[in-house]
Amino acid sequence: MTKPVMSVEIAGIKMRNPVMTASGTFGYGEEFAGYMDLESIGAMITKGLSLKPKAGNNTPRIVETPGGMLNAIGLQNVGIDAFIAKKLPFLRRVNTPVIVNLYGNSLEEYGELAARIDGLPEIAGVEVNISYPNVKQGGIVFGTDPGAASQVVSLVRSNTSKPLIVKLSPNVTDIVVMAKACVDAGAEALSLINTLTGMAIDLQKRRPVLANITGGLSGPAIKPVALRMVWQVARAVKVPLIGIGGVMNATDALEFILAGATAVQIGTANFLTPAASQQIAAEMEQWLVDNRVGDVKELIGALKS
Amino acid sequence: MQFQSQVLTNTEVSPGYYRMRMTAPPALVESEAGQFVMVKISSAIDPLLRRPFGIYDMGSFATPYSDSGRQTFIEILYKVVGRGTGMLADLHQGDHLDIIAPLGKGFDFGEAGEEKILVGGGVGLAPLYLLAKELVKSHKVRLFAGGRSKEDVLCITEFERLGVETYVATDDGTLGDRGLVTQVMMKHLASGGAPKRLYACGPFPMLRAVAGIAEEMRVPCQVSLEAYMACGMGACLGCVVKGVNHSAETPDFRCVCKDGPVFESTDLSWE
Repeated sequence: MTKPVMSVEIAGIKMRNPVMTASGTFGYGEEFAGYMDLESIGAMITKGLSLKPKAGNNTPRIVETPGGMLNAIGLQNVGIDAFIAKKLPFLRRVNTPVIVNLYGNSLEEYGELAARIDGLPEIAGVEVNISYPNVKQGGIVFGTDPGAASQVVSLVRSNTSKPLIVKLSPNVTDIVVMAKACVDAGAEALSLINTLTGMAIDLQKRRPVLANITGGLSGPAIKPVALRMVWQVARAVKVPLIGIGGVMNATDALEFILAGATAVQIGTANFLTPAASQQIAAEMEQWLVDNRVGDVKELIGALKS
Repeated sequence: MQFQSQVLTNTEVSPGYYRMRMTAPPALVESEAGQFVMVKISSAIDPLLRRPFGIYDMGSFATPYSDSGRQTFIEILYKVVGRGTGMLADLHQGDHLDIIAPLGKGFDFGEAGEEKILVGGGVGLAPLYLLAKELVKSHKVRLFAGGRSKEDVLCITEFERLGVETYVATDDGTLGDRGLVTQVMMKHLASGGAPKRLYACGPFPMLRAVAGIAEEMRVPCQVSLEAYMACGMGACLGCVVKGVNHSAETPDFRCVCKDGPVFESTDLSWE
């Protein structure tokens, strides 16, 4: 049998396969170069970038929970200027699309960030983070209010011609409302879900474990929630979706695709196995061979119900 | 690198403390003292994350079962503190582990011939053994080991066998002098000549005290830190500590996993 077709396209970004790395779990790519072939996956998404460098939260910032982990990093990042000067030169040499994840403290910052990256040819697209749950000012408001989300997306849309992906928060009553608002405002693709807000408590100390008290839950524990949300949103909007949430192997990834995702992002799994994204892409291809599926796109939204 | 490893031995060296020897690829003998390993204790999703452990020892032994005729091994020394280390303690010879190693930056040995002082608290002795093994080749080495009680002072005879002069302090006086290891160290340093370099690993308050002593004595001091971390390679940013230049306006966070775990004491903020 000939090799199955693995390539997919998201908002005009051509990817060799549907496996992307999730923002905040893959550094700036360079950290993983010694462990895997960066040209074996569909796309890389950078650590969330803000206009100015960000210190992040105090420690403890992470804690393991059953089947998952909570993090409250607080968006520590080098800032857009240092990213362009110090991190982008490495990524430029890698033949894999680079998508920058952008986070603003205010509407204006989102606009400025979008404008700043617009002229950079080595950036394939933008993923707008309206859903970061750990920074008190901002994030959560944009991520949970359809009107505010719509404003951010419209502004970013008008400030860059790059392919525009919006990353949705699951911490809302109805994710379909948020999805529609973002698509109506110009989002060409949606990635979902970001982490679920949670907390962990140290009984003996009678204190929260995280310095930030609450954090974002990721890992296998959130996969059922993420699958459900991708399935719901897929039935409500026409843009391509990127499924995120506890993808640890090819089975998980293909389940998201059946639920309606065109691609998936690998997050927490990168921490356990630095080459997880490469391995998952290879395993997916093997599954297609074993199951006589000629093109991965045949599986998108192909859930029987 | 990431590799599959087999448990060779897993022995309780003191109540609640274990020493585990595991197979490793030959390249691992190039690991530096102070570097660490990330161990996936179970292939299941719970516990999910790897656990970091300093390399206690490494080497190789003759075996007919390897092409080169030698089998490389690494050892860790760990305390059972929760479910993950509890599961680790239950492993037996032949059980499999998934390991990423070597990670982080190791110790700087300094000039040959200088006297070196090692200070270890509890399971913080672990990375100091491999360091001592290197240092004794060309330095005089003294070790100050502390713990709550005699059960918490580990592997002292191993250090003595290397030719390290060892001093012990326990909080309850059940072994060595009663008191803090830093106090015992000060007493002995006051009499002998000044050492040229300090190395410390243990609880944060102990490290802070050692850093303070080093500053007073104007000698360089390296500390090895422990932290919660998810990845061990600088991606999760969970394990950061404050660098000396840290302020709210000019953040100076350093990753224990990548910038450390060994730091010059003067590079960190000890607040």
